[in-house]
Amino acid sequence: MSFLPKPKLHHPGLLPNALGYTRRDYEGAISTLCAGCGHDSISAAIVHACFQMDLPPHRIAKLSGIGCSSKTPTYFLGSSHGFNSVHGRMPSVLTGANLANRDLIYLGVSGDGDSASIGLGQFAHSMRRGVNMVYIVENNGVYGLTKGQFSATADKGAKSKRGVANNDEAIDLVSMAIQLGASFVGRSFSGDKAQLIPLIQAALAHPGAAFIDCISPCVTFNNHQGSTKSFDYVREHNEAVNMLDVITGRDEITVDYAPGAVEIVEQHDGSLLRLRKLAGDYDVGSRAEALNFLQHHHAKGEIVTGLLYLDPEPEEMHGYLKTAATPLNALDETDLCPGSAALEALNATLR
Amino acid sequence: MLEEWDLLPTDIKDPGYFHKVVDCQFACPAHTPVPEYIRLIAAGRYGDAYMVNWKSNVFPGILGRTCDRPCEPACRRGRVEEQPVAICRLKRVAADYKGDIAERMPSPAATKNGKRIAVVGAGPSSLTVARDLAPLGYEITIFDENAKGGGMVRSQIPKFRLPEEVIDEEVGYVLGLGVETRFGERVNSLKSLLDDGYDAVFIGTGAPRGRDLAIPGRKEAAANIHLGIDWLSSVSFGHVTSIGKRVIVLGGGNTAMDCCRSARRMGGEDVKVVVRSGFKEMKASPWEKEDAMHEDIPILNFMVPKEFTHEHNRLTGVVFETVHAVYDDKGRRQLVNNGEPDVHIPCDDVLLAVGQENAFPWIERDIGIAFDRWGMPVVDETTHRSTNEKVFFGGDAAFGPKNIIWAVAHGHQAAISIDRLCQGRAVEDRPAPAVSMASQKMGIHEWSYDNEVSNDHRFAVPHAEKTVALANIKTEVELGFDLKQALAEAQRCLNCDVQTVFSAPACIECDACVDICPEDCITFTADGEEADLRGRLNAPARNLSQDIYIADGLKTGRIMVKDEDVCLHCGMCAERCPTGAWDMQRFLFDMAQAGTACSKS
Repeated sequence: MSFLPKPKLHHPGLLPNALGYTRRDYEGAISTLCAGCGHDSISAAIVHACFQMDLPPHRIAKLSGIGCSSKTPTYFLGSSHGFNSVHGRMPSVLTGANLANRDLIYLGVSGDGDSASIGLGQFAHSMRRGVNMVYIVENNGVYGLTKGQFSATADKGAKSKRGVANNDEAIDLVSMAIQLGASFVGRSFSGDKAQLIPLIQAALAHPGAAFIDCISPCVTFNNHQGSTKSFDYVREHNEAVNMLDVITGRDEITVDYAPGAVEIVEQHDGSLLRLRKLAGDYDVGSRAEALNFLQHHHAKGEIVTGLLYLDPEPEEMHGYLKTAATPLNALDETDLCPGSAALEALNATLR
Repeated sequence: MLEEWDLLPTDIKDPGYFHKVVDCQFACPAHTPVPEYIRLIAAGRYGDAYMVNWKSNVFPGILGRTCDRPCEPACRRGRVEEQPVAICRLKRVAADYKGDIAERMPSPAATKNGKRIAVVGAGPSSLTVARDLAPLGYEITIFDENAKGGGMVRSQIPKFRLPEEVIDEEVGYVLGLGVETRFGERVNSLKSLLDDGYDAVFIGTGAPRGRDLAIPGRKEAAANIHLGIDWLSSVSFGHVTSIGKRVIVLGGGNTAMDCCRSARRMGGEDVKVVVRSGFKEMKASPWEKEDAMHEDIPILNFMVPKEFTHEHNRLTGVVFETVHAVYDDKGRRQLVNNGEPDVHIPCDDVLLAVGQENAFPWIERDIGIAFDRWGMPVVDETTHRSTNEKVFFGGDAAFGPKNIIWAVAHGHQAAISIDRLCQGRAVEDRPAPAVSMASQKMGIHEWSYDNEVSNDHRFAVPHAEKTVALANIKTEVELGFDLKQALAEAQRCLNCDVQTVFSAPACIECDACVDICPEDCITFTADGEEADLRGRLNAPARNLSQDIYIADGLKTGRIMVKDEDVCLHCGMCAERCPTGAWDMQRFLFDMAQAGTACSKS
């Protein structure tokens, strides 16, 4: 950690986005995490993604639970709404906020402890419900705040810093999310912003439950030989299935690729995702194939990254629940209290 | 294996690399360690700050008021913010608040080494030669036609910019080193000087002749047309005490600025500066132009003097043709008549400040000193030796008019040459600078320098009230920073000499430095040739005058590229580095000087 704030001076060539903000305007307070923490790179990737997408900071709500990862919303989007909730309870707080005001962009930030241990149930149900959000798990496989015990996502056989092997089977949040109905599921690595930033952008543009498992090495407790979440291990075993570009309306598709090497997916909101295929003809639209592929490569000790599953026509919670399109804070008295005639009509339907 | 397009990694062991990163020191002809003395000022160690200066530039108090400041346009602060650090005026702070430093000056040599050096002229370059050589045991004799040492510093710089006491003090430190002075004695023959058996002669006689303007009316109105530098020295020595009410100063350099401001104090009420070129192209320093305009002196541009008008041998004014600049494809300027009627500006006196020339009537042409077709001696730019192996030139006498800090730099180099000549060593072999690098790390996030970057803008130096300043030519206009302002201004310095040093074997490529860098200086990327590489950095490195720092040997096979251009030296990269791959190391670059002229031991 550092004591001093990051200097305000910035590069003279730093350009503003369409809203007139520079990338520096999307930063938060200086991080108090350990120097070199993967989480800080994820924060930087979120800053880049939101800046590049011209997102108005005041239309974003960032929510988190407890843990190293859940501290990070302080370190990005300093002008956005924030809620630091109870341990493992970020998903339900986010769901509630989303029900009350569906106009905000919801960014849930959690960790492997917060989501795979104490908050596993909350994680599962928010995926099932199809809450329109981006849910990022900053996954380092250890409990960093309590000195590095294995978390529920640590691989079986991975060694702790003191050389003790983990005997428990790992929870794979990506497979769970796909199974539970998340409509956008990806995995990335904090040390690869070229892959991570477009993935976050695509998730932000996705009108449904988007889940990103981001492996984020803990430099203090899980970056040694024998760890399966270290910088070196992840770089050696990274099996990226695709590289993603998010194409906004302004861009033209100018680069030619060999047939079959590129897949363009149009999302419901009109945004285009360009997938440059890296691993054969991985079908990003098939749940079964994704799960099969993940199992297959996990057995080989590989870490599959990229956009792993995408439903381009997702349904989300407000659709199932047929809620009002207007945020609750914008409903006036006549909407909220339509009068006795309306009550009579409602009662009549129940008789 | 190196592929064809691979760039060689930066050799940070070459002192030249980091020297260039310290922009101010690199730009200073005498290579004064600027950030080092600014840190000492911030620490309240004014005496130490003065001595760091004194060692490099010999005249901190004089230069702190009069320097041409090549360091300031080079200052990194000017690239990351708007205005550079007020380096020059901080130098003056060191001089103003140093206290008694007489004890810290070197003592005259206890024993002489038997070598006799004649120094002609007592200006800044000559005094620098004496300062460097006298403590080594050389017998130095300085000749000057004036009664006191200082040369143009004393004769031409008006006292409202540089008080006499400051000159006396700093010239005194040099003369106190056991130097023989033969002031009031003009050297009329270099041949006879050489015949006196001196082991070497240094010539620092400046550019003593003001250029004249041969246009109609010059002769007839001569009584009221004065050569600027001669007039300034007459004012300086009290021979001239008044001037007409309406004065025209011709010329756009710093001498013109000194002339017009002096004229305002000698009775000139309506003083104008008239310049051939445009305002921007004027040679005068921007701050000197500002000071002149602040004293109600208009600067009229694109006006070429055509004729002095006169009546009964008395000057009545000057006729100017109005022009504009036209540039040809080679960028050469031509001043073309506007086709408008000429302008007559009435005046009582004219001061000519249209240039200075060298003059060496006292150097015989048959003693082995070659002169070029402009009448300048042929002088080696490194050794300052003429074609006579015992004769050296420095200051304005060597390569034409420059400024004080260049004269000092020349003096140091000439002193090295003279020392080597007298010790029987090759003059062409130049001694290497003394360089040291030391980590500034004191704790995980503690450094032995103040790495918090100030957001302050440049502080203005307080000036004396205009009516007070104009009333007396000896009243100093600039009052200098007080200590509170000095501290705040000192904190604007970015400590560019505390270098970012990268060690690839320690790096785990976690991106922490990339993410934290406020200026987006650091990129980890695939190798490539420089032009391509500069274009694909996190922030493209478009300033080609600034190097990029390249390191290879990373595990992923990528390279680390750091653009030195706008690095704040804030140390955030090193603070956020989990493995110590980045370190902040203080780089001290000490220019070589003759012997150990400045150490007391």
